[in-house]
Amino acid sequence: MSTPSNTPLALVVEADGAPGVSLWRGAAHRLLRSPVALLGAAIVLAFVVVAAIAPLLTPYEPGSTQWAGEVSTSSVPGPSDDHLLGLDRFGSDMWTQMVFGARQSLIYGVLSTAVGLTVGAALGALAGGFGALGGRVGRWIDTAVMRLVDIMLSVPSLLLAVSIAAILGQNAYAVIIAIGAAQVPIFARLLRGSMLGQGRAEYVVAAGALGIRKRRIVVSHILPNSVGPTIVQATLNLATAIIEVAALSFLGLGTADPAVAEWGRMLVAAQDRFDAAPRLALLPGTAIAVTALGFTLIGEALREALDPRTRR
Amino acid sequence: MLRFALRRVGLMVPVLLGLSLLLFMWVRALPGDPARALLGERATPEGLARVTEAYGFDRPLWEQYVTYLGALLQGDFGNSIKTGQPVVSSFADRFPATVELGLSALLFAVLLGVPLGYLAARHQGRWLDTLAVSGSLLGVVTPVFFLAILLKLVFADTLHWLPTVGRQDARIDATHITNFYILDGVLTGEYDAAWDAAVHLVLPALALGTIPLAIIVRITRASVAEVLHEDYVRTAEAKGLAARTISRRHVLRNAMLPVATTIGLQAGLLFSGAVLTETVFGINGVGQYLFTAISQRDYPVLQGYILFIAVIYSLINLLVDLSYGLIDPRVRTP
Amino acid sequence: MKRSRRFRSSAALLAATALALSSCAESQRDDSDDESDGSGGGGTFVFAGSAEPVSLDPFFASDGESFRVARQIFEGLVSTEEDSADPAPGLAETWEVADDGLSYTFNLREGVTFQDDTPFDAEAVCYNFDRWYNMPESAQNDEYTYYYGTLFRGFATGDRKDAAVFDSCTADDELTATIKLKAPFAGFISAMSMPAFSMQSPTALEKWQDDGANNPRTTDYSTAHPVGTGPFVFDSWERGDRLTLKRYDDYWGEKAIIDTAVIVPIDDSKARADALRNGEIDAFDLVGPADVGPLESEGFQIQNREPFNILYLGMNQKQAPLDDLKVRQAIAHAIDKEAVISASMPEGTQPALEFIPPTVNGYTEDVATYDYDPDRARDLLEQAGAEGATIEFNYPTGVSRPYMPQPEDTFNVIRSQLAEVGLKIKPTADVWDPDYLEKIQGTSDHGIHLLGWTGDYNDTDNFLGVFFGGESSEWGFDNPELFDALREARGLPTVEEQTPAYEEINKMVMDFLPGVPIASPVPSLGLSPDVSGYEASPVQNEVWNTVSID
Repeated sequence: MSTPSNTPLALVVEADGAPGVSLWRGAAHRLLRSPVALLGAAIVLAFVVVAAIAPLLTPYEPGSTQWAGEVSTSSVPGPSDDHLLGLDRFGSDMWTQMVFGARQSLIYGVLSTAVGLTVGAALGALAGGFGALGGRVGRWIDTAVMRLVDIMLSVPSLLLAVSIAAILGQNAYAVIIAIGAAQVPIFARLLRGSMLGQGRAEYVVAAGALGIRKRRIVVSHILPNSVGPTIVQATLNLATAIIEVAALSFLGLGTADPAVAEWGRMLVAAQDRFDAAPRLALLPGTAIAVTALGFTLIGEALREALDPRTRR
Repeated sequence: MLRFALRRVGLMVPVLLGLSLLLFMWVRALPGDPARALLGERATPEGLARVTEAYGFDRPLWEQYVTYLGALLQGDFGNSIKTGQPVVSSFADRFPATVELGLSALLFAVLLGVPLGYLAARHQGRWLDTLAVSGSLLGVVTPVFFLAILLKLVFADTLHWLPTVGRQDARIDATHITNFYILDGVLTGEYDAAWDAAVHLVLPALALGTIPLAIIVRITRASVAEVLHEDYVRTAEAKGLAARTISRRHVLRNAMLPVATTIGLQAGLLFSGAVLTETVFGINGVGQYLFTAISQRDYPVLQGYILFIAVIYSLINLLVDLSYGLIDPRVRTP
Repeated sequence: MKRSRRFRSSAALLAATALALSSCAESQRDDSDDESDGSGGGGTFVFAGSAEPVSLDPFFASDGESFRVARQIFEGLVSTEEDSADPAPGLAETWEVADDGLSYTFNLREGVTFQDDTPFDAEAVCYNFDRWYNMPESAQNDEYTYYYGTLFRGFATGDRKDAAVFDSCTADDELTATIKLKAPFAGFISAMSMPAFSMQSPTALEKWQDDGANNPRTTDYSTAHPVGTGPFVFDSWERGDRLTLKRYDDYWGEKAIIDTAVIVPIDDSKARADALRNGEIDAFDLVGPADVGPLESEGFQIQNREPFNILYLGMNQKQAPLDDLKVRQAIAHAIDKEAVISASMPEGTQPALEFIPPTVNGYTEDVATYDYDPDRARDLLEQAGAEGATIEFNYPTGVSRPYMPQPEDTFNVIRSQLAEVGLKIKPTADVWDPDYLEKIQGTSDHGIHLLGWTGDYNDTDNFLGVFFGGESSEWGFDNPELFDALREARGLPTVEEQTPAYEEINKMVMDFLPGVPIASPVPSLGLSPDVSGYEASPVQNEVWNTVSID
């Protein structure tokens, strides 16, 4: 089995487990009964809904700084009838920024995790598949891919993300690719590990003994049965991704416009106005934490539901 | 076991060579001219040309890489473009700050996390357990920088209980031998200096240690809970062994192996958090400097620092894997 | 390689012994200030700057933090008046200029010694001038010798040797030195007040400095052995952490009251303010605009410097429609400078009329002005056929400069004002160092942008010449008339003759309107209520010998 993942949350997914369709059905059943899962689902649902219907929740445009004249270096107007949460440092409506910030976080989180999942799973499947096939070429491909992953793993993930973002410049793609790339090694190692584990499973050995071609075993049995842990990890990584997007913004590597609605960026901008308006920092900070909590809860519940040991 | 370890160390060589090449290409892919970073607002074209030539940035890439690698093999990591300081000595100056921060964060996480996780497992479903579980969940999802900012605002800026910035009070004229400030204070008998350095570490260590704390609580709890259900523990109970003996002799020892592994993993991960924590608390460590070097296009510093970090990081990961090997012999044949 | 304190303390011990010996030898000297010799004052003064110094040899520096340290250790022939940038006696008590402007005679102060006991005399002055002029070619670049290269235009060797202004230095007698120039240099006396041209101990330079080193900023001298005549001696420097100075007990002038001065680098202005509140530092430079009010109301002292800088909105005439004067005028009329100041600059900042602050020679109120008038702006845009035009607006991130304390906020307000008159703004942000500068100054790939300049000494060419001295990709225009006028003004032998010439140039510039001068933000210092005697100076000629802590 491989070393557990590289995510800062290090919510490690076990890569073993007996597979089957019933597993998923049973998992869904257990999920519905778990209060933890329901709480997580509620948070995530609220987050997704807010993100989806953001324009309906506010009469203003995101990133509009039309009230810039009302903000000065020493005062930021607080909540009023026109502005539910007051203005922010740049003279935008804070409520609008928060709501559109949810959209931004969701898009960045999902897209970057998708990038990480796709590339990582492809690499992992390549290495794991050829590794399970065996033979000189298979082992060689496995080794080559895993050395590449090792190189990526030898640099701490946030550092990797910062490095990539620095090359790609200040734009949305840079953030998504940077955060996604930092997740690649996690998924690659995880999928390869569980595929190699499956490769030694009894049913595979049995199938091999029955004379089924190895390639077919890999594609139609080993691979599908290994994706469970990867999916769980992806859910957990959504939480990490949302936090890391904010961390990149915090380090000044986000998008170009200072008034753009992005929680991490809002948190940074609020720092030197903290004496005048602490809400400007507390709101986005809490929002990041709560959203990450939602995805974490779902991911954990999913893992528990899929974990054969809890079915005892 | 030894062969496994040696093989792993041997595997690090191609990884690091590959990394040095990737790094070299990466820093040169960074947009922005290091010469302009050096000269600033009113750089003249002649000035830029001179600096570019002096640093050899105009020569073919492969030639630059060969030169770099050659120097590297002789232990010469080059000098910072910005300050002229040798990369090795600037790393040696800053590394102790990062280690000190990382170790205290880890210490905080372990000393609090293991007992808490153990107690939570022993009292499953009760208020202590609920508190530990939900608390650790919160700990995991709170961004490091948000927590750091909050801690700083409350305990330093508002209550004035703790210092906000740096590693030691500027008014203390302390002797520094190892650059581990607490250790230095103890070694030289300047206990006030050691104390002051420790006080400066409290908030950064809390901020950086919270995520490892949360994870250690969870792993300890899960691990202890699992061992408690094992047959041999039940047998021991049935045999009438005292609860304390059981927990010491069987539960703790068997539950601690995964916990130890987790601790090792967290040690490596602290680097990521250190960049953010050092930035918030103005700690002159490796993470903060590295980040500055990225924005300043300080090529030699970037290459050298990331290589150093990768070596250390890989070594920690190796230790973790070795401890895995101790638990589960199967991993020795991947 | 760790800097061992044991090594340093033994060096300090040697230095202390040397000092003790020297003070015995000169104890009969007239001492007007007895109390600083031990009894009164004392204590440690902790000052936070925004970055680390680059070099302790100020000749190789061009950054404010290196100069801050240099002002404590070194002195120049010329100093500045307390509250202006005008020259005042320094190590030279008086000076005379020949009528042709090609020869300057300095009458030196008597009884001054360097901190290593080397006497300060005409020989030492000439040693310094000759050293500068004879810099090895490896150091003849903007990185290491920006100010000498720019002001003296060349060295004894190298490709700029024919342009060199310096001719020779002769020691007429012990206390009289004459500098001969090859061409008139009206700003010479002003320039001599810059820390880069501090007088350094020939003995120490011989012993520790290596001008030909690969990087002269990392030599023993530049990192650990600077020796000058100032009120503080260098003690130690732990990079990234702190730099410590001790009182020089044999200083010729008013001796320092504090025993020790420590300079710490804290890059974030809010973090500096918090450290002051928490008593971790006694004073800091560059107070963030948002911190000025709260600090003052909490009882801290805020000292404002006379601004010696300018922030402008530059316009690149290579990008349409900015090549149209009407569009540039429209943008100027669309900007409410007062609102920009209130949103992003410290209180007390005045809007700018032209591209130099009022304290600089050649300033005149008699220039074309562009009052805030959105309707007028809309009219002008309509006349130019540029209603609703899209304009790229470049601004930097991750930077705070005295002339631009909060670029994001400045950008933001101006953006909303321009949107108000119907322009469409496309924001483009880049990290300041080096991306932003490279884009603005190295390419034509920018529209309107924020940039500015902080003056080094009182010389108009140091502003206008830097901005408009020739064709540049920052502005994207070719205006030979303006370039010629600036070249001529620079060559005039005296400041008096330059004044009317620069007034004319200012008018010319504001008619042509290459950009909109926004303001000269007031740079402020924050000090603890316990600190007294700190004297702010517009060119940061702040020496801490008068500082005391209660």
